[in-house]
Amino acid sequence: MTGSAVAAGALAMLLFGGFASYIFAGLETNNVQRIGHLTIFRDGYFLLGAGNPAAYGISHYDDVMNLIRQDPVVGPMVNVITPTQSLVGIAGNFSGESDASKTFLGVGLIPSDRDRMRQWDEFHLNTTRAPDPRLSDQDSARGLVGVGLARVLGLCAPLGLPGCPKPLPARTAASVALPLQQDIADLAQRDLGGAEANASHLPEIDLLAATAGGAPNVVRLTVSGSEPQGVKELDDNFIAMHLALAQQLVYGRGEHEVTGIVLQLRRSEDLLAARARLTALFAQHQLALDIRDFGELTPFYGQVVRLFASIFLFIAIVMGVIVLFAVVNTMTMNVMERTNEIGTIRAMGVRRSGIRWQFIIEGSLIGAIGATLGAILALVIAAIVNHAGLTWIPPGNVNEVPLQLDVAGRPLLVLTAWLALSLVATIAALIPASRAARLAVVDALRHV
Amino acid sequence: MTKIESHLQQPQGGAKAPVVRLHEIGKTYLSGKINVTALKGISLEIPVDRFSVVVGASGSGKTTLLNLIGCIDAPSSGKVEVCEQYIAKLDDDAVSDFRARNIGFIFQSFSLVPVLSAYENVEYPLLLVGMSAAQRQERTLAMLDAVGLGGQARQRPNELSGGQRQRVAIARALVKGPQIVLADEPTANLDSATGASIIELMRRVQKESHTTFIFATHDPQLMSHADEIFAIRDGQLTDHRTTGAP
Repeated sequence: MTGSAVAAGALAMLLFGGFASYIFAGLETNNVQRIGHLTIFRDGYFLLGAGNPAAYGISHYDDVMNLIRQDPVVGPMVNVITPTQSLVGIAGNFSGESDASKTFLGVGLIPSDRDRMRQWDEFHLNTTRAPDPRLSDQDSARGLVGVGLARVLGLCAPLGLPGCPKPLPARTAASVALPLQQDIADLAQRDLGGAEANASHLPEIDLLAATAGGAPNVVRLTVSGSEPQGVKELDDNFIAMHLALAQQLVYGRGEHEVTGIVLQLRRSEDLLAARARLTALFAQHQLALDIRDFGELTPFYGQVVRLFASIFLFIAIVMGVIVLFAVVNTMTMNVMERTNEIGTIRAMGVRRSGIRWQFIIEGSLIGAIGATLGAILALVIAAIVNHAGLTWIPPGNVNEVPLQLDVAGRPLLVLTAWLALSLVATIAALIPASRAARLAVVDALRHV
Repeated sequence: MTKIESHLQQPQGGAKAPVVRLHEIGKTYLSGKINVTALKGISLEIPVDRFSVVVGASGSGKTTLLNLIGCIDAPSSGKVEVCEQYIAKLDDDAVSDFRARNIGFIFQSFSLVPVLSAYENVEYPLLLVGMSAAQRQERTLAMLDAVGLGGQARQRPNELSGGQRQRVAIARALVKGPQIVLADEPTANLDSATGASIIELMRRVQKESHTTFIFATHDPQLMSHADEIFAIRDGQLTDHRTTGAP
């Protein structure tokens, strides 16, 4: 019975621990696929860059990337190194059917690097994504928008999205702004030189932003698809585009810089070493660059980890207390029932310490056997769940992923739970064991 | 049944000091809020190699006297010397070790460890004296054979009759070759025929092993085999008779 209580405690701890481990691995994989392990910014960007990304560009970023690639320490750790450009501006759809505009948060990237980053799967979660044909290294005019932004810009019909309102029949209010919209459209057309025609019938939007020098600039983006972002605020504002297009918008004919250099490492365990090496490298070359890891860039990750860790700790404490009381109760009953036996073997010459150890060992054996049974049961249940084909949408994600309980892949978790419960059972046996050892032989022999 | 003398420690020849010496022993204990005097100034000596019996009515102090001789209780006053060892000088661990080497117990209710087989119960005292596995096996099997339980070695106590259990208890008390075996009412829970056979057995093994047996009893059958009889009443020694050859 007591062994069952210990087994139940081990089972609860391991199943939840396995689930939490899977959540952590899933979140980490999602973040690393999206923003890499480390991002290098120009000093000051992390705190102030959101207001004016263009003002915090890294010049000669190719040199920085080559420096990293060729470094004998950090170079071999790197899986993908790729530049990114963050930008803010106004997106407008002035195609005539829907005259709409909306502020946007954009990111410029290299599509092939993005595809390679999405193949990262250190924890073997099978959440890698196939290369996205909607973005192409060869076509810098293409981009993706958040589903929310696509709706606002009236792109539902061409992108096949549900939930869009019907176009307004009368546009009296919009007509006031018509000259400005026409100006933006004309600017975009002029910027592209009128040479590129959209032959694929994909919708086009115009992006307006201020250049690093403060002048307004406009480019035209061919929207090749929409992508949900998981967080509504981002979904309503997000645009991903080719790095070249983002640089053209932000820097115009000036020097093309980037706001960040993303590093995706082969293994997460190299993160601290890579960061330390980069810090030393930048100091050595007097580069005013700042390094941030994905945990700093996505506070949500840390919040989820802390939440699950707190729940796990709570469950572990509750289970520990249950095991403690169950073992104390059992061992106390055991001592009472075996008082005569204790008297007999004490009379035969067993020392007090021998009696004490006997009951302590019994307590620890109850803990060890119960924890072992619980661990075996947890492994079996986890295997059943993992093969049941269950799916769910993790926090911060938009796609269904397999529901897994990562117990077998976490030997440290199993060992820790096993040791903790065995230790609690051993500690619980101390009081009854001491009571048994203190019994007077004649009193114990007289006990019925 | 085989003889057991070859397996047991033989007392030394020549003039032998008494195996038990009690001098002005008193024992008082607290029962609830009342001080009860169990023994009042008892002095006695028990020679080696004797079949000794302490007789008296219930509550006369027989068991208390045996507990003091067996070093599982301490006197309130007086001196206890067992096997030429002044017991009061020993600490608790030393007294435990002393019991493990020198004293065997046979209890009225057998007091076998229920989860151990007959063999394991008999082997247990040998573990306490640190004997090798081969020696333990040899002695245990010989001892079980000596008490007529060679065929029941693997049986648990609950699979044995009352007489068989007491035989296991006798084997357990004797297996380590103690100088003294103390038995408190060893036949009280047995029918008269079984009790008689147990007494015969104990008498035989006592003669073969030359171990001093000390009984607390009011069983007339047992008294009839005694070499020494100590009678106590109300905690005082009232009579001492030597009936057998010294």
